[in-house]
Amino acid sequence: MPEEGVKLFGTWVSPFSRRIEVALKLKGVQYEYIEEDLTNKSPALLHYNPVNKQIPVLVHNGKPVAESFVIMEYIDETWKHNPILPADPYERAMARFWAKYIDEKFWPAARKIVVAKGEEQKGEIDEIQQQMKNLEGELKEKKFFGGESLGFLDIAANIIIWLVVAQEALGMDQILNEEKLPVLYGWLQRLLDDAVFKECVPPKDRHLDLFKVKFGSSIASK
Amino acid sequence: MANSSVADQEGQVMLLGFWFSPFVKRVEWALKFKGIEYDFVEEDSTNKSALLLNSNPIHKRVPVLIHSGNPIAESLVIIEYIDETWKQSPILPEEPYERAMARFWASFIEQKVTEPTRAALFSQGEQQEKKVKEIKEAMEVVEGEAKAKLNDKTLFFGGGNGVGYVDIVLGWTCNWMETIEEVGGFKVLDPESQPQFHKWMANFREVPFIKPTLEPKEKLVEFFRMVRQDRLGLVANE
Repeated sequence: MPEEGVKLFGTWVSPFSRRIEVALKLKGVQYEYIEEDLTNKSPALLHYNPVNKQIPVLVHNGKPVAESFVIMEYIDETWKHNPILPADPYERAMARFWAKYIDEKFWPAARKIVVAKGEEQKGEIDEIQQQMKNLEGELKEKKFFGGESLGFLDIAANIIIWLVVAQEALGMDQILNEEKLPVLYGWLQRLLDDAVFKECVPPKDRHLDLFKVKFGSSIASK
Repeated sequence: MANSSVADQEGQVMLLGFWFSPFVKRVEWALKFKGIEYDFVEEDSTNKSALLLNSNPIHKRVPVLIHSGNPIAESLVIIEYIDETWKQSPILPEEPYERAMARFWASFIEQKVTEPTRAALFSQGEQQEKKVKEIKEAMEVVEGEAKAKLNDKTLFFGGGNGVGYVDIVLGWTCNWMETIEEVGGFKVLDPESQPQFHKWMANFREVPFIKPTLEPKEKLVEFFRMVRQDRLGLVANE
């Protein structure tokens, strides 16, 4: 019997699989969620993504799609109501440009901050604050990057939450603070308040505990 | 410059680029494939124009497509924009799942072949060896995909006789890979273990709108040799 329905392979803490949860929920698509243990990947995951062996993987009627942005575009093209990407090609290009920026510039910078120390860490923080200033230029006066409702770039920017929780776990000063980055700060509050989005954020306490264990040793050795 | 701020098929198209850049070449292939007229602006990498710096303030690099005065940067973002704005000769497939497969492979190529090749060009010794190993592993996957998808009737990843998105994204290898191998002093291409991929490269080079755009290898080698020496020379003096 041919496989039917939608499955999502992910982890509770990965912003990349959380992105897919937001996209599916925004479209009201029913799906089965499978929590993976990345230290012990399931045969199903390895079968559906033999090339990268990574989450997230979306399986739709038995056919797998991998890579978070590829999956998001697939979802938007398959379920056409409540569009995630704008209709205009130029605006779509802008959303894709900034989403790429987040994965290629912001994400590596965020990962460096949690392991760097002293002057090096300060340099990384300055760098990432500049990146966030650049993002503010794209947001401007809008409620969300997508306009009145969440769009592709809002979903992609969920990595910012990863950084916010990591910095809190490490007892650092707020990097995304209201004084330096008022526009993005306001956006983040609205994002965390959004009915759909807030269901797709890792539970705060559990997230903090994990990060304290994972990154906390860098404090001990300072 | 352009009169209208609304992107439309009739607006002026400018491409800011370097003759030697594979990322720029991809965009040219997309434009030529669709028969779109454009003005090419040759930038000076040692003296970037105000137009370039204003059009791409974030990355300050080419390619930048300027359509009716609106700038777009990043080669893959530009190609999707081109495909969505000019509907003739589609680059991406129509069906959502096939589009997802094309985008997945484009992403794989960028992360596992293109980026490590760039890194191998600008490194040496152990660092370079690491990158070369990555490229070789990725090429095994590419060969596997070529074996699975291509045959005497299906010459390209786009299906049939026509090139598509994956061909355009991978296309830089047919010219630049040998150049970078020679300049960098390593080998990742092997006709014996990559027969399907080599067939694909040979076919790609002969595509009528691609062939005249390929720079002579000696010219590329001379240029990239200088670029590599500059970059590594700086590192040694730090």
